[in-house]
Amino acid sequence: MSIDLKSNAPTGPIETSWSRHKFDVNVVNPANKRKYTVIVVGTGLAGASAAATLGELGYNVLNFCFQDSPRRAHSIAAQGGINAAKNYQNDGDSVYRLFYDTVKGGDFRSRESNVYRLAQLSVNIIDQAAAQGVPFAREYGGLLANRSFGGALVSRTFYARGQTGQQLLLGAYSAHAAQVAAGKIKMFPRHEMLDVVTIDGHARGIVSRDLTSGEIKSYAADAVVLATGGYGNVFYLSTNAMGSNVTAAWRAAKRGALFANPCYTQIHPTCIPVSGDHQSKLTLMSESLRNDGRVWVPKDAKDCWNPDESAVGRHPSQIPDSDRDYYLERRYPTFGNLVPRDVASRAAKLSCDEGRGVAFNGRGVYLDFKDAIGRLGQEEVAARYGNLFEMYERITGANPYKEPMRIYPAIHYTMGGLWVDYNLQSNLPGLFVLGEANFSDHGANRLGASALMQGLADGYFVIPYTLGHYLAEVGPQKKDATASEFKGVEESVNGRVNKLLNVKGKRSVDSFHRELGHLMWENCGMARTREGLTEALERIPQIRSEFWENVSVPGSGANLNQSLEKAGRVADFLEFAEVKVGDALHREESCGGHFRLEHQTEEGEAKRDDDEFSYVAAWEFNGVDKKPTLHKEPLEFDHVKPSQRSYK
Amino acid sequence: MNLKLHVWRQNGPDEKGHFETYDANDVLEDMSFLEMLDVINDGLEASGKEPIAFESDCREGICGSCGCMINGQPHGHKARTTTCQLHMREFKDGDEIVIEPFRSKAFPVIKDLVVDRSSFDRIIQSGGYITARTGSAPDANAIPVAKVESDRAFDAATCIGCGACVASCPNGSAMLFTGAKITHLGLLPQGQPERFIRVDKMVHQMDSEDFGHCSNFGECTLACPKSISLDVIAQMNTDYIKAQFKSRDT
Repeated sequence: MSIDLKSNAPTGPIETSWSRHKFDVNVVNPANKRKYTVIVVGTGLAGASAAATLGELGYNVLNFCFQDSPRRAHSIAAQGGINAAKNYQNDGDSVYRLFYDTVKGGDFRSRESNVYRLAQLSVNIIDQAAAQGVPFAREYGGLLANRSFGGALVSRTFYARGQTGQQLLLGAYSAHAAQVAAGKIKMFPRHEMLDVVTIDGHARGIVSRDLTSGEIKSYAADAVVLATGGYGNVFYLSTNAMGSNVTAAWRAAKRGALFANPCYTQIHPTCIPVSGDHQSKLTLMSESLRNDGRVWVPKDAKDCWNPDESAVGRHPSQIPDSDRDYYLERRYPTFGNLVPRDVASRAAKLSCDEGRGVAFNGRGVYLDFKDAIGRLGQEEVAARYGNLFEMYERITGANPYKEPMRIYPAIHYTMGGLWVDYNLQSNLPGLFVLGEANFSDHGANRLGASALMQGLADGYFVIPYTLGHYLAEVGPQKKDATASEFKGVEESVNGRVNKLLNVKGKRSVDSFHRELGHLMWENCGMARTREGLTEALERIPQIRSEFWENVSVPGSGANLNQSLEKAGRVADFLEFAEVKVGDALHREESCGGHFRLEHQTEEGEAKRDDDEFSYVAAWEFNGVDKKPTLHKEPLEFDHVKPSQRSYK
Repeated sequence: MNLKLHVWRQNGPDEKGHFETYDANDVLEDMSFLEMLDVINDGLEASGKEPIAFESDCREGICGSCGCMINGQPHGHKARTTTCQLHMREFKDGDEIVIEPFRSKAFPVIKDLVVDRSSFDRIIQSGGYITARTGSAPDANAIPVAKVESDRAFDAATCIGCGACVASCPNGSAMLFTGAKITHLGLLPQGQPERFIRVDKMVHQMDSEDFGHCSNFGECTLACPKSISLDVIAQMNTDYIKAQFKSRDT
């Protein structure tokens, strides 16, 4: 298939691109909006805000989520904050600076036009959320407070204690609830999208499974919007929710949507380390902790993890400053503990690789609040991070007011996703992709407090315009879910469900997921090599074929069956993983979250190859066990000139 | 440590349920309660038996998906803790643990420990929002909010909608949940225009579901993983009474 990847971004001055584009797009007359039905899959920040806003405009929205309520989408777990170029702090922030920081933070692998728009819209998001009653942190005068985050020299992050995602999502959920009440959103909770249906190349509906009754059913619409999150759980252990999965995006990819930059995954530096083999997920400790916490490891390996004793040598409180290595402050004096996530993560790995780790299996570093407590007092530290400290103590049994936290990097976010143009439309007309599920704004590394910003920008402020443009162009469709195209897809979904139930093997679904995840973490995680990736490409098909011969999915397809749900998701991860590893192998450079050991500077920093790899790698699915085809969208940087990122 | 679990198994809403006993052996204290159940389920699944159905998603105590009765208490005995955040160091070798779904007429069992809490969504849909069309908002700093009020609103807004309040209440009342949203929005200047219409609609919706009334036992606030205060119920009652004196036309 020949695919011409056009970004469709407006030419001309970037500062006015979005406003010119908004004028240039087609608009659906208010009285005609009710003639259109839009399917939105997902109810996180992107999905809920899109569904609510499209409902307000007058479209009929069918909204699906696999959770029991739209309020539970994993955006709810975001802790730290949301960036906006408000410059309320008078410290020199601007739309241009946020744009600049985001392009640089993404290691020059994002699309400038999209990022500029994101920076512009950031200010509207804060206004919108405040109007909804989102209880952002405030100063005593009643105005909004800010904190700083990694990768920026200004204080532009708005926050709601350590639960900003929860409050923003509940804001979007409340706007969504109002539209459900108004009859403009029909909500389908406990429904999992299992395929997308195309008619004449346009996305015209989905097939979903009712997770309670097991019914597999088609839904027809004029367009389909996917806001289904990222693929971090391909690693099994990540900070994602248990149910987070790649299925919706992967099924779209199997129907012809291109999957862009799947090798870009973000490793978050501050998570609670693994404590044993039973571990089901990893818990993030907000990056905001690096504002006041100092990261260190002991200088002497004797004070570190000793496998023979299964313990660390010297209690951290007994280790004087002179025996500590505050390695981030040492290596990056300008940004110190606030370097971007990829840099902080690699530095932690490096210290542990040197044998100076301080947690289970030598995989952990200290994050110390002793100085902050001395400087600010325990009360102020509690006001800033109290709920995080409490969560840490609940999980580990250790009190971070008394001893430093132990942290280690973990998979947290995925920058890659379905390829979209400036309108957030995939290469399949009528299929739009928002939030973490698309690829466009974060390049090879996302800065902290930018995910919430992107999800909400896409849902509240981009899709209402760009979707209308598409709908006005094609006009209202028949929306017939009994059409032969739907029946065909329903049959294939049914076939797959039955196939999973009939393997009747001897291994649990999780055992395969764990095996895949371990392979991905070791060979396609924080540091990647040609050998490791090649080995993974051999191993994945083997795990996949054993899965289809030996997985055990008890029960039936006719009621709630959590084994079946998991098995379907793991089966998709087992296909997707191969494309991800292939992407990592083909990208012979290091950039952001993609670090190839073969490509690093003398100081151990990521070394890009702009001549060869300044493009988006968008992969076309050709069948399981067949090599995907690479399509390239060249990246041009007219405003922020690519340079070696330096945070020293 | 080794434990004995008595787990409620129920194949569907209309089926009769029963307790099954499972041995949980070699449980580590660093495991979460749900990870302990994961291990049991892994074994059941590998041997072709249906695992125990329970809900969980974020496993960080914020999404509100998880929740079951653990020895008669929603989310177990540890204060301010969801089931996913309860760790096995809270138990000791030889303990017997009774695990049941949240018990309330308004939360019918779907399967095993999974219940239907969609009544909560319907309460929010009836009025638990501030009408603010996307795009119509003024600059965020145009509406100052006193920090004290904002903090109080925040405390109420931390509700995760898990349903422990209902499950712990002898009357199966949802007043802590409903009061939390009414208080969150009612304390903020943005929430004033709809304040009394909101309370009226939400209370009406709550009453039309299968929830009981509040009779001040206070179990809900103790069971609440976010320690939502009983004050929110008082706030709701006050606003509800005031609402009855306001013109219904506005």
